[in-house]
Amino acid sequence: MSVSRRDFLRLAGAAGVANLAAAQAARASAAGPANPEWMGMLTDLTLCVGCRKCEWACRQANGLAGEEPIDAYDDPSVFANKRRTSGLSLTVVNRYGSDAAGEKPVHVKTQCMHCIEPACASACLVGAYRKSPQGPVIYDDSACIGCRYCLIACPFEMPAYTYDDPLTPVVRKCMMCVERIRDGASRPACAEMCPVEAITFGKRNALLTLARKKIAEHPDKYVDHIYGETEAGGTCWLYIAGKPFEELGFRTDVGTTPYPELTRGFLSSVPLIQTIWPALLMGAYAFTQRRETLARDSGASVAPPTENGSEKPESGRAVAVNRVAPSDDNPSLPSRSRPGRVQGRGSDQASQTRSESTPPEAES
Amino acid sequence: MIDQVARTAVLESPPPVADEPAPSRQAVPPRGRSRSASLAWLRREILLGQTPRDYLKSLVTPFNIVAALILCVGIPVTIVRFTQGLAATTNLTDATPWGLWIGFDVLCGVALAAGGFVMASAVHLFGLHDYKPLVRPAILTGFLGYFFVVIGLLFDLGRPWRLPYPLFISPGVTSVMFEVAWCVALYLTVQLLEFCPAAFEWLGWRSCRQWAVWMTVGLTVFGVLLSTLHQSALGGLFLMAPGKIHPLWYSPYIPVLFFASAVAAGISMVVFESMLSHRVFQEARHSRARMDRLTLGLGKAAAVVLMVYFGLKWLALAHGQQWRLLLTPYGYWWLLEVLGFILLPCLLNAYAVRNRRAGLVRFACVITVLGIVLNRLNISIITYHWNAAERYIPDWKEFAITIMIVTLGLLSFRSIVNRMPVLNDHPDFEPAH
Ligand code: SF4
Ligand code: SF4
Ligand code: SF4
Repeated sequence: MSVSRRDFLRLAGAAGVANLAAAQAARASAAGPANPEWMGMLTDLTLCVGCRKCEWACRQANGLAGEEPIDAYDDPSVFANKRRTSGLSLTVVNRYGSDAAGEKPVHVKTQCMHCIEPACASACLVGAYRKSPQGPVIYDDSACIGCRYCLIACPFEMPAYTYDDPLTPVVRKCMMCVERIRDGASRPACAEMCPVEAITFGKRNALLTLARKKIAEHPDKYVDHIYGETEAGGTCWLYIAGKPFEELGFRTDVGTTPYPELTRGFLSSVPLIQTIWPALLMGAYAFTQRRETLARDSGASVAPPTENGSEKPESGRAVAVNRVAPSDDNPSLPSRSRPGRVQGRGSDQASQTRSESTPPEAES
Repeated sequence: MIDQVARTAVLESPPPVADEPAPSRQAVPPRGRSRSASLAWLRREILLGQTPRDYLKSLVTPFNIVAALILCVGIPVTIVRFTQGLAATTNLTDATPWGLWIGFDVLCGVALAAGGFVMASAVHLFGLHDYKPLVRPAILTGFLGYFFVVIGLLFDLGRPWRLPYPLFISPGVTSVMFEVAWCVALYLTVQLLEFCPAAFEWLGWRSCRQWAVWMTVGLTVFGVLLSTLHQSALGGLFLMAPGKIHPLWYSPYIPVLFFASAVAAGISMVVFESMLSHRVFQEARHSRARMDRLTLGLGKAAAVVLMVYFGLKWLALAHGQQWRLLLTPYGYWWLLEVLGFILLPCLLNAYAVRNRRAGLVRFACVITVLGIVLNRLNISIITYHWNAAERYIPDWKEFAITIMIVTLGLLSFRSIVNRMPVLNDHPDFEPAH
């Protein structure tokens, strides 16, 4: 119910119908509980050991597996640089902190967060994304034109583009294994693969309860924050961790406002501009016309000839006569010789004659 | 009407009677004429009155040679782009999905082509008829500007052949980009129609031209509306990127800033381009005084708009409460943009208008144009991902395409101006547009 309501509100906001009410209602709905039917994932970063088997499983599940054997994922050298998701890796694991410092490093698995109000979906100009009724945010390339605005818009920078494909480039991002689950799998490939059960699949509300319970039971082990509960309006993928999230590469400046809200105000001003602007402009035009008519009636002779324009054919003709006259000497072929030059046509002199002569002369 | 009939009659009768005005040139379309007449028309209008041989010879000029060299690089790169993809031609990454083609070709292209709607509304809606001679060049620049923006976009889009999808097949109504797409598509059409009178005069299609002229006011209003919407919407695109664009440039006011700066850019481009076209086309030397007068008028307008834009920039800053960032390297860069490329040309314009120095106005307008280019690049490229370690630097192939597109724009402008009545009125028609 709240999906259709939200969609309706989004449309209403875009169309600018009752934009204020819509914006407020939408804000209220984002702050309130999300659809209780939505599925989500909870990653417990205190459990993750950084084995990167989830990366492997993800590639397998999405048909992106290369030649690399699963053992290749054990190579710790990839942790030297922070990686982000790409067209081949819809999820990546990064390492924060090092053994050298005496403390345990933390590994962070990242992927699309499946936002409650996804920025990508609101940014896409062909509607290639949609929030499915089950919760995952689904991308469909059948209409994608490849503008990559969704990459700009996503607050978590998760979608990736296959720049190397000349003919059928697509956006790639995690879809929470929507098809696998439809085909009967109990959970997404990464969750199934994870040797330490760091990833839990379930209803978002249940996951929130679980996360709260874990934090409450082990306040020494966890920081008191569920990342994704309110970030950017809330996400279906949730995290709990033993270290502050800003130290783990999470964006903590995304706020709690759903991203579509950022452009909603602007979009709802569109119908306002559409109605007010033409009216104002036509008003200005009418005013100008009236002023000119008055000026013409009260003293036409002082008006410069350019002002006569098309409304006064008589004087227009007079002007034309005057204008053409100077080129009489060569009526048949205008003297044009080189490109890059506008010569001849008699118009150079003509425009001068026109602009510098006054109507009384022209009419003689 | 009578006037037209009379004048057409004159056109039909070859030997002009002494007192009757002789047509300076015969604007007769090839339609319904004998073959030789069509050939003559072709030769006169397309080859500029030369034999094909002479015409080809006349094409060998330094500018054309440079243009040819640019095309020699650009065309192969184009082929690589469309056969091997974006990765082979650009340095775009998932972290910086928009590069030079969006930042310069699209964002700057649209801002700098704003002169068309600014001039058209000044003349047709606000009655500033003195500026009439500047309308057609501005509309032509606007039309070509947008046309080549779309060409640039075709290079950048992953699947350019799906360009009509957002319009007709799969509209994504919640997107600011959707609004941009519609407005740009409509505005391109509007500008084409606005330019029609010139094209029809060239072809000598009187009744069509009459219709086109008749639509002027409606088109102008529609054009202003569309321009307001998409110029601001281009800024609105970046509303979605807080935290990626440097906070000094990110602001909820960004649509308004884009619109104000586009108006300033449009006015300045009109000045800049009238200066160039008068040099390049060596035309209307005698009306220099008049040109200077118009330039001063535009300088005054530019000064006012720049002042407003300057104020808005600070307002946006104050709204974001980012004062302390001014004392960082990005802060100095911001100050350079705002003081050196907004305040400075604003003051220069004001000073120049006061002391009636048209040359200085032209100089100030060049600075303004550079400043707006700088602003668009700052937002889309230079400060985008300002806190990331990796920086995007365009590939040489991206520059090659951008330069090629600009060159094609100049070439089309030149060939149209050489043929159609743009810089001058057509002698056979009343100056109605
Ligand atoms: S994380 Fe990004 S890609 Fe995923 S749903 Fe949210 S906005 Fe869309
Ligand atoms: S790249 Fe595709 S999915 Fe992303 S915004 Fe553009 S059209 Fe939509
Ligand atoms: S499979 Fe599990 S433990 Fe291994 S990296 Fe992924 S989330 Fe961490």
